[in-house]
Amino acid sequence: MSSHSRPRRAHVSPVHALKDTVVIARRNLLRVVRMPQLLLFATVQPVMFLVLFNYVFGGAVGRAIPPAAGGEYLNWLLPGVLLQMAAFGSTQTAMGLIEDLNNGVIDRFRSLPMARSAVLAGRTMADLVRNLFVLALVLALGYLLGFRPQTSFVPLAGGVLVAMMFAFALSWVMACIGLAVKNSEAAQPAAMIPIFPMVFASSIFVPTETLPDWLRVFADRQPVTRTANAVRSLILGEGALAPSLTVAGEVTAAVLWSFAVLVLAAPLAVRLYRRAVS
Amino acid sequence: MQDNRMQPIVRAEQVEKRFGTIHALAGVSLEIEAGIIYALLGPNGAGKTTLIRVLATLLKPDAGSATVAGIDVVHDPVAVRNRIGLAGQFAAVDEYLTGREAVEMVGRLYNLDARTARERAAEVLERFSLAGDADRLVRTYSGGMKRRLDLAASLVGQPDVLFLDEPTTGIDPRSRLEVWALIRDLVGSGTTVLLTTQYLDEADQLADRIGVIHEGKLISEGTGNELKDRLGGAVIHVDVADEAQEASRAALAVDQGATGTITLPAPDGPASLVAAVRTLDAAGITPTDIGLRRPTLDDVFVALTGHATEPTQPGNGRRRGRRGRRRRAGGQP
Repeated sequence: MSSHSRPRRAHVSPVHALKDTVVIARRNLLRVVRMPQLLLFATVQPVMFLVLFNYVFGGAVGRAIPPAAGGEYLNWLLPGVLLQMAAFGSTQTAMGLIEDLNNGVIDRFRSLPMARSAVLAGRTMADLVRNLFVLALVLALGYLLGFRPQTSFVPLAGGVLVAMMFAFALSWVMACIGLAVKNSEAAQPAAMIPIFPMVFASSIFVPTETLPDWLRVFADRQPVTRTANAVRSLILGEGALAPSLTVAGEVTAAVLWSFAVLVLAAPLAVRLYRRAVS
Repeated sequence: MQDNRMQPIVRAEQVEKRFGTIHALAGVSLEIEAGIIYALLGPNGAGKTTLIRVLATLLKPDAGSATVAGIDVVHDPVAVRNRIGLAGQFAAVDEYLTGREAVEMVGRLYNLDARTARERAAEVLERFSLAGDADRLVRTYSGGMKRRLDLAASLVGQPDVLFLDEPTTGIDPRSRLEVWALIRDLVGSGTTVLLTTQYLDEADQLADRIGVIHEGKLISEGTGNELKDRLGGAVIHVDVADEAQEASRAALAVDQGATGTITLPAPDGPASLVAAVRTLDAAGITPTDIGLRRPTLDDVFVALTGHATEPTQPGNGRRRGRRGRRRRAGGQP
């Protein structure tokens, strides 16, 4: 066996780390493609929320929404559901990592001369692509239900981008939870503990003006609200925001929040990964 | 190759590893020469897997040092990973990839370019008789096929040293023979294999050298024949009534436990059995059962350690719960 013909590398360069990340991301995406039911259920859930909330709460909440929504609660709701979908969907990052940890795949990866960071980055990148696909489906189905963006294509694409940045940052938080808990049955409810208050005590489903004052103190400041405001104002225009807020301000806040979460969660995930496997 | 023959390709010196209060490795020293099959033999929880994980750079030792192909596993793990392959206790293959995709992916992660990875994957799949099924999803493979695919993936980087952690645990007897043949074949092509096993016959059939590991220590080492010779090639099992236990143990001069089956080395085969029967008879004891048997792993352990391999410690499997969960019930002889 010509065992010395292979290029040997003593350390992993950034170029190789990137290449390894792409290899791992492709592997994770193939799994999604081969199990389309995963994608189906990932789409059904946000669409269900969209339909249920629209028809159940639409009548009650409809009067409280600003005119920028064009008089339709669905128009107000859909940008929020994009974020709710990103939040719920991010738990998949935790589940996927736990599965790889428990069936020996990570051991194999760790015995290979690849970049350690690629296992996590490949996972979150694949989840980002999957999220983008589900988001496009939700937008399309929303359109069929009557959703109409009130601005133009460029701000709409900007809104999608902001939502995806948030989903990506959240994926790293979920990677931390998965690596800390290491058990899928426990990780699912553990992941929901931060998600539920963040998603419901926010401007995703209702304008925060309708919340009691004590809750508004939290809701108006937390990242999900800021991000939902940014996405919504990009899709519906500045009129969708409370008078004191601007599109630029909300987009800046959303981007900064995603960045801050990423900067905290990614190194922590890498540390937890190292600990989880030794 | 010539260089490698001069010095051991795997060397461990006083390697220690603790998990909480459990001393998984309590100072293991080991040298393996290039081009052989070396079997680490021991029961669950003996430290076999921990030692493999240290040598394969998955775990850092708490003390001691180890080199693979002359490279220190702690100081330069990436260089070590370039020279090794690892197949763990369970076939770590992606169910939703095809066999070819799975092997090519590992090749890419060994830093092969796409074309070389494709060629190497085709080669190993052919060699492991998986070429015909290479484009089917792995989830449709049988257990034996998954195990072969796992081996194929561990070889795509053409490693100098291959670590196999219990390569035949959980597969049927026919697949087991196939895997044995493949492992023998590997060594013929220059790879050094370090495998772990709980089965004496597996170590005996496959390995050029066997290290017996127990409670984190290497307690004996040699060829299969040397190990069995130390037991005289056969053992005598004696069962007696409970009230005769103490007297029997005294008469037979054994120092092991206080109840259960008594095991004696039988260096002279049937003559040893006759002698044991005479000794018991002279002591006025009639055994409920007595017989000559080929040694089992338990017998090796009884002879080497003075006590039986089970019961295992309650903390066993604590590191990775799946180990216990996935193991087939009654899968051990």
